Amino acid sequence: MTVSATQSHSGVQVPPHHPLGHQVTRWIKTQLFPTPFQSCLSLITLVLLVWFTPLALDWLLFSATFVGDSKADCIGGGACWLPVTQRIELFVYGFYPDTEIWRVNIAFGLAAAILPLLYIKQIDRRWVLGYLIVLPFLMWWLLKGGVGLPEVSSTKFAGILVTVFLGVIGMLFALPMGVLLALGRRSNKPVIKLLSVLYIELVRSVPVITLLFMASLMIQLLFPEGMTIDIFLRVLIVLIMFTAAYMAETIRGGLQGMPSGQYEAAKALGFSYWKTMGLIILPQVLRNTIPPLLTQFIGLFKETTLVVVVGVLDVVGIAMSTTAAPEWLGLEHEVYLFLALFFFTICFTLSRYARHLEKQMEKSRS
Amino acid sequence: MSTASQFSSTVSANHDTTAISIDNLNKWYGDFHALKNISLKVTSGERIVVCGPSGSGKSTLIRCINQLERHQQGSLTVLGETLDENRKRLQRIRRNVGMCFQHFNLFPHLSVLKNCTLPQTANLRVSQAEAIEYALSLLDRVQMREHANKYPGQLSGGQQQRIAIARALCMRPKIMLFDEPTSALDPEMIAEVLEVMVDLANDGMTMLCVTHEMGFARRVADRVVFMDQGEIVEEAPPQQFFDTPQSARTKRFLTQILDHGVTA
Repeated sequence: MTVSATQSHSGVQVPPHHPLGHQVTRWIKTQLFPTPFQSCLSLITLVLLVWFTPLALDWLLFSATFVGDSKADCIGGGACWLPVTQRIELFVYGFYPDTEIWRVNIAFGLAAAILPLLYIKQIDRRWVLGYLIVLPFLMWWLLKGGVGLPEVSSTKFAGILVTVFLGVIGMLFALPMGVLLALGRRSNKPVIKLLSVLYIELVRSVPVITLLFMASLMIQLLFPEGMTIDIFLRVLIVLIMFTAAYMAETIRGGLQGMPSGQYEAAKALGFSYWKTMGLIILPQVLRNTIPPLLTQFIGLFKETTLVVVVGVLDVVGIAMSTTAAPEWLGLEHEVYLFLALFFFTICFTLSRYARHLEKQMEKSRS
Repeated sequence: MSTASQFSSTVSANHDTTAISIDNLNKWYGDFHALKNISLKVTSGERIVVCGPSGSGKSTLIRCINQLERHQQGSLTVLGETLDENRKRLQRIRRNVGMCFQHFNLFPHLSVLKNCTLPQTANLRVSQAEAIEYALSLLDRVQMREHANKYPGQLSGGQQQRIAIARALCMRPKIMLFDEPTSALDPEMIAEVLEVMVDLANDGMTMLCVTHEMGFARRVADRVVFMDQGEIVEEAPPQQFFDTPQSARTKRFLTQILDHGVTA
């Protein structure tokens, strides 16, 4: 079929079609070598890539040691991944009792299920919302035990388990709290407004580390003697408080961007304040602020690593203890590379997801 | 009056035929006196067109009726209920008073159908099925039924305004307020919106329209109210208003807009 045939059939003009080979040369010409200066940059980059990639791959994979018992087995000259592979259970589950590890796995699975649930448009939004509300409590119950499950002390929590747990539960609580704070800050009731502003400004002007120290040392002073709150719960509260304050500001920006006509139309149709917000305003605001909110989620996920300073061993804590262990001394590079890879995988997934949502919004707006 | 029974209401039956009673209404924006001692009575089924130069307070006046703007002095009785600080009463009045805006203000995140059903399911005791059925019948009436599953962003201004009218009607209002419904439209779309409004007027709806469409005023209005600088300067039946205006300000206004050929 030729181009002219399609034209005569439908009577519509179609854009000219070029063969693939032509497209490739065109792309190389316009994208890599448009001007002498850019051609130079492209050439240098290509040479560096050609020189560096094999070296890197060789060290990381081909000459690396994955199997063995101790540092003595690393003889390939490449990376020695043994501290990670040998201690992978410690990295993932911390000191969680072996017999109960299935609970952690289920919790991980439930957390990971959020992404497909949000992704598939056919599922009723109310079910997704319900899932998101129940999830933190379900995860807490699974990990901590209690009703029906043997209790596990939170001193046994460590590694990726802690990071994922703090990240996911933190996100799920920070968003609704951020929404409430943003609404409070724009409220016309002076007391609510003042409290919201005070809270947001106070929390935002203090470093997270300070808040974490406060959580580990000071909050306890406020409670009667003998009553203790799980340190785990305390740092979780701090992370939620902190993220919520930032999210509140993002959402406030979205609220200010809403045209007043939307509020007026809702009022004129007899919507109450909460119904206006819940059904008309917030759905639009949240949709518009998804990209910055997901950026904050990524931030929260990485900030969970700060809990190390108050003695909670997250995945970074385990990495540090590994590099300090006498049998694995001198293998910091591998351990920290693994750490970087772990965070990169999760954060990059989240950021791609944010980009995808952004693109979808652009489509639905046109 | 035929529609009075059709639009069932949650408010107790009101035998008074006065729909809106405005008494000595005053409103200031800061120091600016926007409405000066406005008094106006509207009986059920009456169609009133409010006109006047921009900044004359005509939009402010009809926005006071459902309290999108708050007045500072005077009293306002809508469907037998006097407006005060009571939120429940205000919401009840708002549900009985429909409004159409210059910029339509449809909810862009909802489909056309959902725009019409959500106000019903959220604010009236109406089942989902009933809401959909009623919404579709109204979309049919404004000839937008085939667009029910589209989103407002995909439609033209005239189409959006017709949907906005259907959305307001979904609340089964007894009074409809129109705030310059055709001012933001391209000329070729004005007619389709006016047609819907005429249809509504012929159905006996109590209507207050702020508009520059003098042709519409002539055809439909029972009374034309002319406002200037926050005051009601003149009110008269359209025939009398257009043919023998009393005040000099009215005459000047009429020559201005007639010269520009706004009239149909």
